[in-house]
Amino acid sequence: MRAVDAIMECLKAEGVEHVFGIPGGANLPTYDALYDAGVRHVQCRHEQGAGHAAEGYAKASGRVGVALATSGPGATNLVTAIADAVMDSVPTVFLTGQVRTDLIGTDGFQEADISGITMPIVKHSILIQDPRDIPKAVHEAFHIARSGRPGPVLVDVPQDLSRADITYEPVMGVHLPGYQPTTEGNAKQIRLAAKAMANSRRPVIYGGGGLINADAAREFTELCVSDKLPVTCTLMGLGAFPADHDQWLGMPGMHGTRTANYAMDEADLIVAIGARFDDRVTGKLSEFAPRAKFIHIDIDPAEISKNVPAHIPIVGDAKNILPRLTAEYRAVSADSSRLEGWWQRINGWQDKHPLRYDDSEDSEIKPQYMVEAMFEATEGRAVVSSDVGQHQMWCAQYYGFTEPRNWINSGGLGTMGFGLPSAMGAKVARPDDDVVCLAGDGSLIMNIQELATCVTENIPVKIFLMNNGYLGMVRQWQELFWDRRYSAVEMGASPDWVKLAEAFGAKGVLVQDKSELVDSFKSALAEDGPVLVDVRVTKEENCYPMIPAGQAARDMVG
Amino acid sequence: MGEPGTKEILRLEDLQASGGIRTGRKHILSLLVENRPGVLARIAGLFARRGFNIDSLAVGPTDDTSLSRITLTLDGAAHPIDQVTKQLHKLVNVIKIRDLEPEETVARELALFKISCQDGETRAQVMQFTDIFRGNVVDVSKRSVTVEITGTDDKIEAFEEMVRPFGVVEMVRTGEIAVSRGRGAT
Repeated sequence: MRAVDAIMECLKAEGVEHVFGIPGGANLPTYDALYDAGVRHVQCRHEQGAGHAAEGYAKASGRVGVALATSGPGATNLVTAIADAVMDSVPTVFLTGQVRTDLIGTDGFQEADISGITMPIVKHSILIQDPRDIPKAVHEAFHIARSGRPGPVLVDVPQDLSRADITYEPVMGVHLPGYQPTTEGNAKQIRLAAKAMANSRRPVIYGGGGLINADAAREFTELCVSDKLPVTCTLMGLGAFPADHDQWLGMPGMHGTRTANYAMDEADLIVAIGARFDDRVTGKLSEFAPRAKFIHIDIDPAEISKNVPAHIPIVGDAKNILPRLTAEYRAVSADSSRLEGWWQRINGWQDKHPLRYDDSEDSEIKPQYMVEAMFEATEGRAVVSSDVGQHQMWCAQYYGFTEPRNWINSGGLGTMGFGLPSAMGAKVARPDDDVVCLAGDGSLIMNIQELATCVTENIPVKIFLMNNGYLGMVRQWQELFWDRRYSAVEMGASPDWVKLAEAFGAKGVLVQDKSELVDSFKSALAEDGPVLVDVRVTKEENCYPMIPAGQAARDMVG
Repeated sequence: MGEPGTKEILRLEDLQASGGIRTGRKHILSLLVENRPGVLARIAGLFARRGFNIDSLAVGPTDDTSLSRITLTLDGAAHPIDQVTKQLHKLVNVIKIRDLEPEETVARELALFKISCQDGETRAQVMQFTDIFRGNVVDVSKRSVTVEITGTDDKIEAFEEMVRPFGVVEMVRTGEIAVSRGRGAT
């Protein structure tokens, strides 16, 4: 069997149903094998799009996303998606073609040392040197991508080796002595954590994207409601706990709620689960949660005590640890009344500082209202894939996610251009759900070519464009911190989005009147194909509240 | 430091001072790794990304042909090494890693010195020092002597100091290799 046919067998053995990519010289053999392999290939228009689509697919479904690219420029176009996947721990496998082995190192046509280029941004990478290793390498790639702390794995296959005739035998299990993630949390530490929680008078449970990756939202919610524990989740963790629950404090961090930030600031115990104390959450690190002790539960030991010292570290899988922690916590029968004073304080902040904005009295569409209208039109149940910028923060604030895997965005790397291809991947993974791409005008243009993929491959994503004519977040910073010197943030009058959508073969709609917004969204959702709704919002609205860069939580403004 | 929202110009001294926690001592890291192409590049890359200067590095086969041993030394006064060891653990090809405590470690390094000897008297002196340091003369020419010295880096530095006045033409060092003391595997 050709090595590329063996690759297809491996993909199927791994349960892969969909892959995203673009063919080229060095992966011609792979595409020949793909032709009748029975795996659906989504032919993207740019490899970056294919990479983000694989991410969106993985984030929406929990399955490993797969993207294919040829050597050289095809592979280098994947780089941003790979970096994005490592930052947000997205289980992905990138299969790249490489030039023939006799050309490697000679500056051959379309040659790039992609395993060298991506070395700092992959979880692991494998450059195939012997075609007989290919099946094992593919299975190792999937195993590494999805287990432990998930991440991107690159498999680089030289073109000549991919054509080699090999004997294929199904691979049973992988053996990696240097890769043994700890999944089972230490029982003693879990007991200690339960006691610390029971003794704490001002606890905050702080969940992150690790909960989503571990499929542990239910277990997380159970722990939180086993007592009246205040809960906050990071941008990546939204949906792990229902935002309409009365124990929900909102998101913490730079554009989080005052309540969540003040609660972290005054907490005596912070229980971090699958969260990594990112600088966007902590603000000025030396003044972050100065009174708190930290319980840190994470599958990656390198996260423990990286930014804040963990007093009780527990390394392992949240899905394994949380039910045990809940049981231990119940067993100590903590006195719930100890939290009454804390909740009074929290409710005080909630009453005094709810998320709010000044809505327009006329037809003007405020961006925050646009998110609320989106929530209304989708009944809060859509899969929302966001781009990066103000619209992303407003969506995190106002959409109120209640389910995991419905909120897909680029958190760690903050990749503009992520939203549309990722929505496309999400829709392929979950064809029965409404998938909305909430984009900014600066972000959407960066990967708009994938609208062609949506049209030709019949992937009906709905693009809700928050169009303010600016690179809004940069403009906000220039306004607030750089004396309103608006340097290179105006987007001008191009493109005409409705015509652009139509040129791609999609439907385009322009909305400028607030009263039409909800209905426009509803009719877009009712359409069979992809729709772009160009929503003209207030041009210079700022995203508040906000912790100014480098300052502490209690210095929130707005 | 250096947040895009803080407008004031940063002083170079402040930038340099904003490092992590340092241990203040020399560290010998002993890594057992898979013997495969690219493994050393991954490890070196981790240090390079953080601007770490590796003082010495020795790589060689072990009793198991599928594994190699990498011994590297770092100055803990210049670099916070805790994070980097945790990151090293995450590399799939790294099997085991140990930060060896100096008191519980036997470390040795080999150095070759090519020393200029214009006359019999200097040659005799060099050979005498070589004896004292339990080294060996491995090559002699009319105008030079080449000596091998094995020991800790302190000993090698001490020998260098002794022979420097004669004129050291060249010195080559292997970098330290180390094992833990006692019965247990490193």
